[in-house]
Amino acid sequence: SVNPDLASERRTASFSVEKLTVQLDGGAEQTRIRRAVVEAIESDPVFSRENQYFQSQNERYEAAVRKAVHLQTKMHEMRWTENGPELKYIYSRALAGDVAFLIHRVFMRCISLLGSDKQIAKWIPPATQYQLIGSYAQTELGHGTYLRGLETTAVFDITTQEFILNTPKISAMKWWPGDMGRSATHAVVFAQLYVHGQCYGVHPFILQIRSLQDHSLCPGITAGDIGPKMNFEHIDNGYLMLQNVRVPRENMLNKFCEVQPDGTYIKRGTEKINYFTMTTVRISLISDEVILPLMKACTIAIRYSAVRRQSKLKPGEEEAKILDYQTQQEKLLPQLAAAYAFHFINKYLQELLDTGYREIQTKNFDNLPELHAFSSGFKAMATQYCTSAVEICLRACGGHGYSLLSGLPSLYTKILASCIYEGENTILLLQTARFLIKCFSAAGAGQPVPPSVTYLSAVKAGKCPAKNKLDFLSPVIYTEAYQHAAVRLVSSTAAKLQDLIQSGVKKHEAWNQCSVQLAQAAKAHCHYLTVKNFAETVEKLETEAGIQKIMKHLCDLFALHGIFSNTGVFLHDGYISGAQMDMVTASYLDLLAVIRKDAVPLVDAFDFTDKSLNSALGSYDGQVYQRLYEWAQKSPTNTQTNPAYERYLKPLLHNTLSKL
Amino acid sequence: AAAMAMNADLRRERAAATFQPQLLTHILDGSAERTRRRKEIEALVLNDPEFQHEDLNFLSRSQRYEQAIRKSALMVMKLREYGIADPEEIFWFKSFVHRGRPEPLDLHLGMFLPTLLTQATPEQQDRFFMPAWNLEIIGTYAQTEMGHGTHLRGLETTATYDPATQEFILNSPTVTSIKWWPGGLGKTSNHAIVLAQLYTQGQCKGLHAFIVPIRQLGTHEPLPGITVGDIGPKFGYDEMDNGYLKMDNFRIPRENMLMKYAQVEPDGTYVKPLSDKLTYGTMVFVRSFIVGDSAQSLSRACTIAIRYSAVRHQSELKPGEPEPQILDYQTQQYKLFPLLATAYAFQFVGAYMKNTYRRISGDISDGDLSELPELHALTAGLKAFTSWTANAGIEQCRMACGGHGYSRCSGIPDIYVTFTPSCTYEGENTVMMLQTARFLVKSYTQVSSGQQVTGIVSYLNELPRQRIQPQHVAARSVTVRISDPASLVEAYKARAAWLVETAAKNLQAELNHRKSKEDAWNRTSVDLVRASEAHCHYVVVKLFTAKLSEITDAAVRAVLTELCLLYALYGISKNTGDFLQAGILTDAQITQVNQRVKELLAIIRPNAVALVDSFDFHDAHLGSVLGRYDGNVYENMFEWAKKSPLNKTEVHESFHKHLKPLQAKL
Repeated sequence: SVNPDLASERRTASFSVEKLTVQLDGGAEQTRIRRAVVEAIESDPVFSRENQYFQSQNERYEAAVRKAVHLQTKMHEMRWTENGPELKYIYSRALAGDVAFLIHRVFMRCISLLGSDKQIAKWIPPATQYQLIGSYAQTELGHGTYLRGLETTAVFDITTQEFILNTPKISAMKWWPGDMGRSATHAVVFAQLYVHGQCYGVHPFILQIRSLQDHSLCPGITAGDIGPKMNFEHIDNGYLMLQNVRVPRENMLNKFCEVQPDGTYIKRGTEKINYFTMTTVRISLISDEVILPLMKACTIAIRYSAVRRQSKLKPGEEEAKILDYQTQQEKLLPQLAAAYAFHFINKYLQELLDTGYREIQTKNFDNLPELHAFSSGFKAMATQYCTSAVEICLRACGGHGYSLLSGLPSLYTKILASCIYEGENTILLLQTARFLIKCFSAAGAGQPVPPSVTYLSAVKAGKCPAKNKLDFLSPVIYTEAYQHAAVRLVSSTAAKLQDLIQSGVKKHEAWNQCSVQLAQAAKAHCHYLTVKNFAETVEKLETEAGIQKIMKHLCDLFALHGIFSNTGVFLHDGYISGAQMDMVTASYLDLLAVIRKDAVPLVDAFDFTDKSLNSALGSYDGQVYQRLYEWAQKSPTNTQTNPAYERYLKPLLHNTLSKL
Repeated sequence: AAAMAMNADLRRERAAATFQPQLLTHILDGSAERTRRRKEIEALVLNDPEFQHEDLNFLSRSQRYEQAIRKSALMVMKLREYGIADPEEIFWFKSFVHRGRPEPLDLHLGMFLPTLLTQATPEQQDRFFMPAWNLEIIGTYAQTEMGHGTHLRGLETTATYDPATQEFILNSPTVTSIKWWPGGLGKTSNHAIVLAQLYTQGQCKGLHAFIVPIRQLGTHEPLPGITVGDIGPKFGYDEMDNGYLKMDNFRIPRENMLMKYAQVEPDGTYVKPLSDKLTYGTMVFVRSFIVGDSAQSLSRACTIAIRYSAVRHQSELKPGEPEPQILDYQTQQYKLFPLLATAYAFQFVGAYMKNTYRRISGDISDGDLSELPELHALTAGLKAFTSWTANAGIEQCRMACGGHGYSRCSGIPDIYVTFTPSCTYEGENTVMMLQTARFLVKSYTQVSSGQQVTGIVSYLNELPRQRIQPQHVAARSVTVRISDPASLVEAYKARAAWLVETAAKNLQAELNHRKSKEDAWNRTSVDLVRASEAHCHYVVVKLFTAKLSEITDAAVRAVLTELCLLYALYGISKNTGDFLQAGILTDAQITQVNQRVKELLAIIRPNAVALVDSFDFHDAHLGSVLGRYDGNVYENMFEWAKKSPLNKTEVHESFHKHLKPLQAKL
């Protein structure tokens, strides 16, 4: 039965939860497919995550391999295909990424994108059947985001028509690639290509690393698992060292460039397509690896806060739900608003990418720089924001949040990896900043700039026109405030850069001296776009069923929380006055109490099953304490004997027998 | 690997330092003699083969628990063998043995024994203390329950006195009343001091402490009526058997209630304790200890991140030149140096708290409790302020190490998961901030009714009289010189006063809307927490600045002054809104502050490695491949990885089970 404290929260919802779910999914048909996929996977015991928190690294890895193999059968049985509408729900919503061979999929995608038709025909069919398992070996011990610094070498040997791959020093060892530590038989290895003593930069090569007969390492290969991490215990992130490993000339992926038998290096097509690939990968992970975990964390923390009662708000009454405390609301509700904000802007970005993809097909690369800058900055902002939001949810659950059984620690340790992979966030923000500075000066010189940055040319002085706290619930008022702040930060940083260069500082040195400010400017730009997009999305929502109204509240909260948490940015130069800032605070705190009433329905709308949350604190029925107690008893520390007692405790306690 | 030469980058960094790190180490330890003694104890542990073991990262939870128990038992023996009895020296010994991690006897040594000493009668001490001292009795302190933590009055466990048998009957009446979290309870302890609501003669007398045997001596099996076990896996604390305890009509003799203060007589008559403030003393001690722990944990994380950033080279700063150390990037310095400054600030605050506690603990045992309320308010807030800051700071250090920070070999994940519960235990941080706020509002109310307040809140006296009116709040104008720490203390003071006044006025406004007191308090609590934070921030800046004048060595004083300035100015740049809105600083000054912060980064850069060396963490204690003193990071990452459990066999068993059938088709 449902805990009455949760049941009462659901009775008073101001909107239709089901309609909001459908809205989030993008249509009733999508909702239906998603639920069917989740149901099919969750009802299959092989995919159970029930014991996950009690398993060792070895057990987690084995379970993940088993699931990956079984998934093939399952897909066949369910008639799901790699191109079907089900696919996007299988790995994220249904399996929560808890399956092996995810990098194997990247291996295949890489060959499909960078390989010739011949290479695709050779490698993809067996890879699809797991007759070979691939990894994607790019990062090294010494280099991550900065790809040009990779040190692995591939030297063309004209006499044998082979490439000789080497790891010339320890820092060049491949490090981190998933599926490589134990599973992979093959890998796409990125290495500096040398032909006739000349370096042609980083290129991808397919090489075999383990025997297809007995899985032992191939000659010249040293490979293994890189050891325990904060999360991803189920993935065998690996290392790889190469000593004179030879691969045939045909094993360099050669859709865009090729080494001919005589050693001639030729290039075809454009590298810009690679940019686009990077951009797509970067964005595709946001929804599954960043926004979904935040939605789960919000679901757990908010349901738990509606069940947990602590201390009294009024003497003589029963203890209050902790969700009724303003400080608790102020921790959780802005994170909930952020989950919605990022969901909407991610959707918008996906649409931009789809358009971009169609343009590229027609060899139109005009919008690539903007897309690239936007996606870099957005990846950095969303991962950073959502990571800290999940951590806030974790800490808002007090002691019980610290238990693995709450589900929150593993959500946190997983999401935080997203701040590093696919581009380290600071570097990405600086890429966006480079674009902004360029556009700012172009705009200043009267040249046309891409749509997302036209606002930089319309620099308006002036003050925020709000007269009372209700004015701050107007999207025009707060969106303009964000715009103003972004323009100010971009323009002041551009001016600073200019000053430094004019005073004789070298360009790269000036850039480094301004990099803290540049990163702040890029963040302000992305924050502005996210607020603006949220406001525009709300405008377009259907008014029925109370959805637009509650989304408007969340949009206001997201925007005002950003101002409240960065008051200095908006007070500087007096765009918002001190008196107006008091109004912002008042409106912001009022909103907390309003959204509080719909908090539980708002997380219910994310529509996670109990199995996918895998949390003793967050399940739909709110039977928190009972579940925590039951799950704890399943812990091996309770079901197995205590070896430490016999060995160490007994001798200590032994004396007592003689005395008592 | 041990004989490798020092990494050339780190050697250069150390040669370029402008001060002698060991002088700074002496200041952190308290004196050269304390440093010597600390290292002596460290050597006792680290050179002892019996304390060695495999890298804990590769062990299962059960194995880690077993290692911890083994070492704890050994530790108790060795401490006695070496005659180490000074509490600080015991603490050093323990943290070297367990490398800063918790261990299953923590609550026995840290709570069970001390509680016996302070709350047991002489007869009870005779019965329990020596067996406990000799580890024949191992006890824990069972306070928190599933349903209640910081809010102690809500605890539900009952102890009902039965005069017929002269026993207490202990019960866990609901699921939420099951004791949950106590360390050492799950598997290790055979006794517990249980906090329960005392019922006698039909009346509830509130929370009292009882000594409850939970496991059979000899077999270690739970006693009839007792359900006890481990609460399962956690974020960290793998070594610790945090446990649960459920009691069903479990009877203990009347003499098992700790009766030094409150008593229940044989007929059930209840005798009240003299003062209820006595338990404050322990709380103040534990919370001030957490302030010190915040400093240590953040210092360790900074050591790792800064050394690694000096060793790691990446990308290019100048076209055509070799890849620079990542510590040369302004963005990297901006991530790490303010945290380094914070670590030093907290070190000095921690030392101050310890000394203050030592100073007044004499007064407390003489019954003079006059200084307790202020100290209590201060430690509550500072516990929250420092643990929140350190918690975020440790994560930032890990993030600054990129991908490798995410590996367990970096050591930072362990520091984080071990440290983060201190935001919750010993008083949930938001609740702590609100306790401090209560004291601040009370002091403010006194000032506004014309009384003077003393001590750390005396700055509230300086609020101009005419402003104690229900009108718009603006700070007292101060002329801020941004290169003078003393002047920055004044700026922080003005900010604290402004935020306290704002919160107090908003609270009053809510009350004027005829809200109940509790409701008004709740509706102002976000403001109140901000006020507390600003108050604590002021105290930290003040204590750091005060420390500078005590430092005799000019070179050390110079570098600490730079750190102090960075701490204060960075804090302003992160909270510019407060200083602007309160009218303490102008736009132009804020721009100067931001600029000055970046200049200080460049100034501190040459001393960064020496500044973390001064914390003087032994490699074994640091537990990090990235943070090694010799900087040989990559070679040792490889050595470390080879020991991973997944590498135990060349071909993993899952290949034979799951993959071979598929690949055989080829």
